[in-house]
Formats: sequence, C-alpha cells, structure tokens
Amino acid sequence: MGVVSSLANPTRFLSWSSRLLPIVSVLAALTLAVGVYWSLFVAPPDYQQGDSVRIMFIHVPAAYLAMFCYVVMAAAALGTLVWRHPLADVSARAAAPIGAAFTFLALFTGSVWGKPMWGAWWVWDARLTSVLVLFIMYLGLIALWRAFDDPSRGAKVAAILILVGFINIPVIKFSVDWWNTLHQPASIVRMDGPTIDPSMLWPLLVMIAGYTLTFIALHLAAMRAEIYRRRARTTEMLIAARPASTAVRPTEAAATGAPPHTAH
Amino acid sequence: MSAFAALIVQTVAASIRAGGGALTGLLFFLTVVSVIPFGVGPDLNLLARIGPAVLWIGVLLSMLLGLDRLFGQDREDGGLELVIVSGESMPLFVLARACGYWLAHGLPIVLAAPVLGLILNLSPLALGAVTLTLLAGSPALAMIGAVGGALTAGLARGGMLAAILVLPLSVPVLIFGVAAVNGAIADPDPFLAPFLIMCAFTLFSAVLAPIAGAAALRLGLD
Amino acid sequence: MPLEDAFPPVRLAADDLACERGGRPIFHGLSFSLAGGEMLAVVGPNGAGKSSLLRVVAGLLSPSEGRVDLDTDGERETAMHLLAYGDGLRNVFTVKENLRLWSRLYGGAADDDAMHEALEEVGLGHAMHLAARALSTGQRRRAGLARLILSPRPIWLLDEPTSGLDKDGEAILGRMMAEHLASGGAILVATHLQLPVAPTHRLELQ
Repeated sequence: MGVVSSLANPTRFLSWSSRLLPIVSVLAALTLAVGVYWSLFVAPPDYQQGDSVRIMFIHVPAAYLAMFCYVVMAAAALGTLVWRHPLADVSARAAAPIGAAFTFLALFTGSVWGKPMWGAWWVWDARLTSVLVLFIMYLGLIALWRAFDDPSRGAKVAAILILVGFINIPVIKFSVDWWNTLHQPASIVRMDGPTIDPSMLWPLLVMIAGYTLTFIALHLAAMRAEIYRRRARTTEMLIAARPASTAVRPTEAAATGAPPHTAH
Repeated sequence: MSAFAALIVQTVAASIRAGGGALTGLLFFLTVVSVIPFGVGPDLNLLARIGPAVLWIGVLLSMLLGLDRLFGQDREDGGLELVIVSGESMPLFVLARACGYWLAHGLPIVLAAPVLGLILNLSPLALGAVTLTLLAGSPALAMIGAVGGALTAGLARGGMLAAILVLPLSVPVLIFGVAAVNGAIADPDPFLAPFLIMCAFTLFSAVLAPIAGAAALRLGLD
Repeated sequence: MPLEDAFPPVRLAADDLACERGGRPIFHGLSFSLAGGEMLAVVGPNGAGKSSLLRVVAGLLSPSEGRVDLDTDGERETAMHLLAYGDGLRNVFTVKENLRLWSRLYGGAADDDAMHEALEEVGLGHAMHLAARALSTGQRRRAGLARLILSPRPIWLLDEPTSGLDKDGEAILGRMMAEHLASGGAILVATHLQLPVAPTHRLELQ
C-alpha cells in the first residue's frame, strides 16, 4: 500500500497541475508582454543612465527570483526532511535549474548593465559577487543530485545541503559586503536607489509579476516532468523484480503500482 | 580512552599511514604555493602583497584533497553502519572525524605556511599573522569539509563534488582570514574585528557541521 | 553459563512493518516478536528483503510503515550488534587496532588480554598483530565474531553469518550462538543457508 499512497499525492498533483499549467502560462506570457512593452517603450529613460536603465527591468526581477527560488527550495527541503512528502523532493529538484537560470540571467544582465557605468564587464561589486556565489551553489546542488542514482536518497542528502546553504547565504552576503567595503570604499554608483520614480516603479512591478508567473509555470512543468521521470524508473524496477512468466506491460504496472511481495 | 578520542586517533592514523592522504595534501600545498610566482612573476613587492592570500588559498585547496576518504571509507567497509548500531552519537562521530582530519590534513599545512611565506617575501609580522589566522581559521575549513565529505560519501568521484560544494561555503572564512592578516600588516585596517569574526565562524561551524554531517550520513544510507 | 553473564530480559517486536527502496516495495505487513533466549531465522530467496529487514531493525533504514519496538531494562541505544557483509575492518590497521576501536565504540573490553582471548576463541589468536589486509574472507568474518564476544550486547542481528566460514568456523559460530541464547540473548538471523543452530522461530520472505 505504501507505493500506492505515495503515488496518490503526485497523481492528484498531476491532475490539477495539468489544468492550471495552461492558465498560468498564458497569464505569464500576457504579463510579460505588457511589462516588456511598458518598460522598453513607454517608461522614460533615466536622466543619468539614459536608455541603459531599461536593463533594470530585466535584471531586478531576475535577481529577485534567484533568491525567491532558493527560498522555495529551502521550504521544499524542510518538507523532505520533516514531513517526508514525496512532492517536496520533486519540487526542490525541479526548482534548482530554474533558479540557476534566473541567477545566470541576473549575472549576465548585471554585467551588461555595468559595462557602460563601470567601463568593465565585471566588477567585484558586493551584490554581483554574492549572486555569483549563489550561482555556484545552485550548480553544486544540481551536480549533487545528478551524482545519486537513487533519486529519493539524493533528495534527502541534497535537502541537507540546501538547508546548510540557506543558513550560510546570509553569512556569505555579510562577508562579501564587508570584503567589498574594505577593498572598494563606496566608489560605485548604486544601481537602484531607495527612491524610484513611479513611472519606472509600475513597469518594474509588472515585470516582477510576469517573472514570478513564468517561474510558477516553469516550476509546474518541471515538476510534472520529474514525476513522470520517476514513474518511468519505478516501472522499470517493478518489471525487473517480477518473474518472467508473470511479467506485465509497463502501463499496467504503472497504473496499479503492482502489489509488493507478501510475507508470512 | 573514550570512543571520541579513539575515533580521532584512528582518523589521524589512517591519514598518516601508507595510503593515507595527509602527506599528499602537504606536498600539494608546497607545490601550489611554489608555482604561483611562476604565474605572477618574481616581483618581490607584489609577492609580499599577495602572499597571505596565496597561503590562505593554498591551505583552502590542500584541505580539500582528503575529503573523499573522510567518510567514503566508512561507507565502503561497513564501518558507518557499525558506528550507527553502536549507539554512539552521530554528530560526535562527525566531530571526531573532522578533528582528526584537521590534525592530519590541516595542522601540518598550517605549520608549513610560515616557511613558505619566506619565499613569498613576507615580513616577520605577516608570517606570524598568517600562521595565527590559519591556526584559528583552518578548523572551520575542516568542519565545512566534513559536511562536504558526508554529503558525497559513497559517491563515485565524490571528492571532486565535495570540493565544489565546500568552496563556496568557505568564502566567509577566506575573506576574514585574509582580511585579518592584511589588518595586521597595513595600519589603517583593523586586525581584531575580522580575526574575531573568523573565530566566530570556526565555533559556529563546529556546532552546525557535525549536525548537518550526521544527518547527511544517515540519510545517505537510507 | 555463569549467572553474571546473563542479560536482563529483552524483547524485540515488529508490528506491521513495510519497507521500500527507491520506490520499489521490498516487503510489507510483517510482524514478529523475539524475546531473550529465542532465535528468529529470516529465510527466503535473494532479493526477498532479508537484509533490508535486518537493516530496518538495526535502525539503518526507516520503514515506510510500521515500527520496531525494543523492550529492555538496559540501554536501548546499546542493545544491538550487527554482523553483516561490511566488516568495518580497515586494511591499514592491525586486527588488534581494529578490534580495539570497535570495543571502545561498543563499550566492550579493550585490553590486550581480553582481545587475545576473544581472538583465540574464533581461531585468530595468531593474527592479532597482523594487518587486516592479510586476512581472508573467512578470517574477516571471524574477526567480526570476536567483536561480538568483546562487547556483550543482548540482541544479535546476523546477516548471512555462515557465508565465507569453513566447517570449523561454522562450529565456532554455532557454539557462540548457543551460548548467547543460553545467557538470555536474542538472535535475528537472515540466511538462505543451513544454520549451525536450529532456530526457535522462522520467518519466510518470498
């Protein structure tokens, strides 16, 4: 019964997510379209930075999602370790590549934005450097998952690393800030001041909403793919465990969950 | 002798005896530090300026080399299962392994650092500062390394993976360690503040790492 | 057996135990009860889950359903011994050094005399100062038996204990198992081979 009940939750997830996914995807596309048009063509150029300020509308939401995604993974890691929920594994694992992609986008756009301001593609600005470390941690996590051939074992070990990272990220951020003030005393133009004109704030908020919807759509799709990947794997193992005479077709084994051996 | 002390002794002995990696780590450290001047040039002023950082990075890298064996061997020979069944506290087991690892893989390198500092043209004050910060900071590297070793125990090429996982987590120790040395040499920069923050990291990691490592080892068996 | 060697009463019970590995069910609905002086043999073909059952009881694997209860007057954490495929012997250390570490961890006798006596009992007295790498498979299994002798614990979990042992080794194992049962210990053994001591209960996995 263990397998059947553990598949039950993912099964319910598959059914409601299949209805939700198209809606979220369309919403994400619409919001992004509005946001991109607003921020690139309607919003005024910055009086100092000119049109290059428009990179902010791509960059800031990506940086926000880079961190948001890690928070989602940390919550999922707790779900794996504390409640042993099978969907939590799937959620964390599906979120990692998406988080890495957004982190890379934040680094890339930050670098492009910095080029006209700093005259270099990369400066060891505290913010950029912290995000770089976060990016490396995403990649390390993905590598750790891939190193385990048993996904459920890998999920538990990766959950530990996610939580260790979650505790350490503020420490790293603090260290890098300290390191930065020591080496580059406040010579850098602040990228986003505390005050921002409403004509820029609104398109930025729309972009953040669009990015978040995109993340939800990608995450749902990736979770569905991960569930199917695991089912394929389980089906393989069930077939291997059966004697040849009573072998069943894969579809049947997947549908019933196959009764386990009985013990007397 | 308590079980804790016996585990430390065993970890040290296994690293020092034939087949252990302590000597390799030390030689790696000597090689890395000796190679740096070939890359940056023999300018003694430049070497004196980057010397503390070179030594710190050398220690950081050298202490990664033995991580695959730290718990990998326990996984292979069934020792890990016997430790769990024995009823000994798992965080204490991880702490003992990390302490042993520091004694065998960390301390010799730290003691070699001032000698290598001479060929990097470090002043006596800088030599002392580097040694002091390494002594207080390298245990944190061993603790963080133990987490990496526990996460990757029993994996093929786990050592490479452990290095990738451990390095970003070691960034704060590196930052404050080198900052403390520079604070000791250059006058306006503070020494005590970064040094104490680094010591705090060492204590922090000595608490957190055994818990995380024990959880990783247990869940890795499940 | 002398009275001071007797273990306090102990009872191991599993209730409706189920286990799965990597999404694959191993066994389910498994219940048993084992008291001091009793021996439960878990038998069945390869892949039936004998080793997994032992690992669940040892606390190395968490069951997907059910639980294992240990009832004893003594300490619960230090009640078990495991003898399995992994012998925990480090090749670079001598037999004595290996045994001494396990004795320290298991709270057993760690002095040279006790260790020598235990090794003599399993026919390894001559190998005490040899590096563990010199031992054959059967001798490594015997060193594991010496570990059990040095640290008396009431519950033995034996996974294929006869594998690798010769006739003489099986006789030693049989004698040790009989003595353990006589002094109030319990044995849970997984095997597909003939055992030197007749089990009091059998549990068949398919």
